Amino acid sequence: MIKINQLTKYYGKIKAVNGIDLHVGGGEIFGLLGPNGAGKTTTIRMLTMLAKPSGGKAFINGYEITRDLLKVKKEIGVVPQYMNLDIEMTTWENLELHGRLHKMPKDDRRKRIQELLDYVELRDRAGDLVGKLSGGMKRRLMVARALMHYPHVLFLDEPTVGLDPQTRRRIWDLIRRMNNDGMTVLLTTHYIEESEMLCHRIGIMDRGQLIALGTPEELKKRVGEVVVETLNQGCTKYKFFADREQAVKYARSLKQNVIIRESNLEDVFVELTGRKVGD
Amino acid sequence: MNGGNYLQFVVPGIIALSAMNTSFNTVGASLNMSRLYHKTLEEYLTAPISAFSIVLGNVLAGSLRGILASIIILGLAFVFGAKITVNFWFFLIILLTCFLFASLGVVAAMTIDSHEDMSNFSTFVILPMSFLCGTFFSSEKLPEFIRYFIELLPLTHASQSLRAIAWGYDFPAVSLLVFLGYSVVLFAAGVIVVRKVK
Repeated sequence: MIKINQLTKYYGKIKAVNGIDLHVGGGEIFGLLGPNGAGKTTTIRMLTMLAKPSGGKAFINGYEITRDLLKVKKEIGVVPQYMNLDIEMTTWENLELHGRLHKMPKDDRRKRIQELLDYVELRDRAGDLVGKLSGGMKRRLMVARALMHYPHVLFLDEPTVGLDPQTRRRIWDLIRRMNNDGMTVLLTTHYIEESEMLCHRIGIMDRGQLIALGTPEELKKRVGEVVVETLNQGCTKYKFFADREQAVKYARSLKQNVIIRESNLEDVFVELTGRKVGD
Repeated sequence: MNGGNYLQFVVPGIIALSAMNTSFNTVGASLNMSRLYHKTLEEYLTAPISAFSIVLGNVLAGSLRGILASIIILGLAFVFGAKITVNFWFFLIILLTCFLFASLGVVAAMTIDSHEDMSNFSTFVILPMSFLCGTFFSSEKLPEFIRYFIELLPLTHASQSLRAIAWGYDFPAVSLLVFLGYSVVLFAAGVIVVRKVK
């Protein structure tokens, strides 16, 4: 569904995205995980044709993003990380505008808007100005807008940033529901638990490069499924083991208190990049 | 001034001025905000519509507002007793003036990367034109080399042509070419800058 070949983006001398290769299959939820400034948003902006690649190629459903512009635009739905609904228009009007921009016939538009308002549970707010909606409602409306023209691939850039836990779960449910209906989803996030809960596969990005790729389980196996934490002079050290037995053996050899636990994606991330998310 | 009163002289100039200001500012400010602040422009850029359509939509919307503003000034001028001739050519020149300055608004909004610099552009480019281009006083008394420069500016042609028509004369055909030339160049520039994503 999405094929990326040595995709690169320079801003002057800065390599925002430095030659990434990736293949996302149909019906997959794929997550790009990485700290701020890793190049996740730039990657999505190139795939949605809001930024021009400096090098490399990318295909969406067989169409090359720089050549088959209009065809790619019909294939994809985009939910940016910032609210970019038209606040002077109502919920309904925002969807209507999107339908018109995609040249949908009138009857088709009506039907689709009704459908989507039910889908994202905003039917009773159809006539309200977008400025009056809460953050979670706006986010849901942005998802509905992106789905309006029946795209096959949905790009979500930081879909739950700045939302409260309840709203976040609701967005997650919505993403899973769309995926069950056959949608391929590519999302970026810097929330580790979000990628772990939601994504079939994860690509970890750091400094413009894709440094690890796999299912959450594969990634954990790669560094070791069990971790031993020791505290030395105020500095926590992590040591990874393939199973609990080895970890316990190691812990017994130490003359201090340790914590033995299962590793999580954050450990994977720290181990692979040598720093914490958000550094 | 040629025996006519100042109202007769200044009304066509003010109409040209308000056509320019309104069409430039409504397009410039809203598109610049849409691109940098509201980010709603991305909704249009990710839709399967051409850069040409995006620019045409903005320019026509700006032109319409410019024409409405000009009509209001014209109405007020009649209320205050100005005796000026208004015909088809008068409105065509207003329309072309609006069209070219709305196109300039698109170019400015797409290339200037902050709201502050947008207002700087208005202060250093649009505002001086308002005073130099024969709006409030004739440019005949200005030094020669400045006059040549001013003759190149579209607003000069707008106020001179509107004034000629208003006083019952023919307007210079070369002005029409100037309007068309600026319109084509600025509109094309608008399409290019919209197409050129970063």
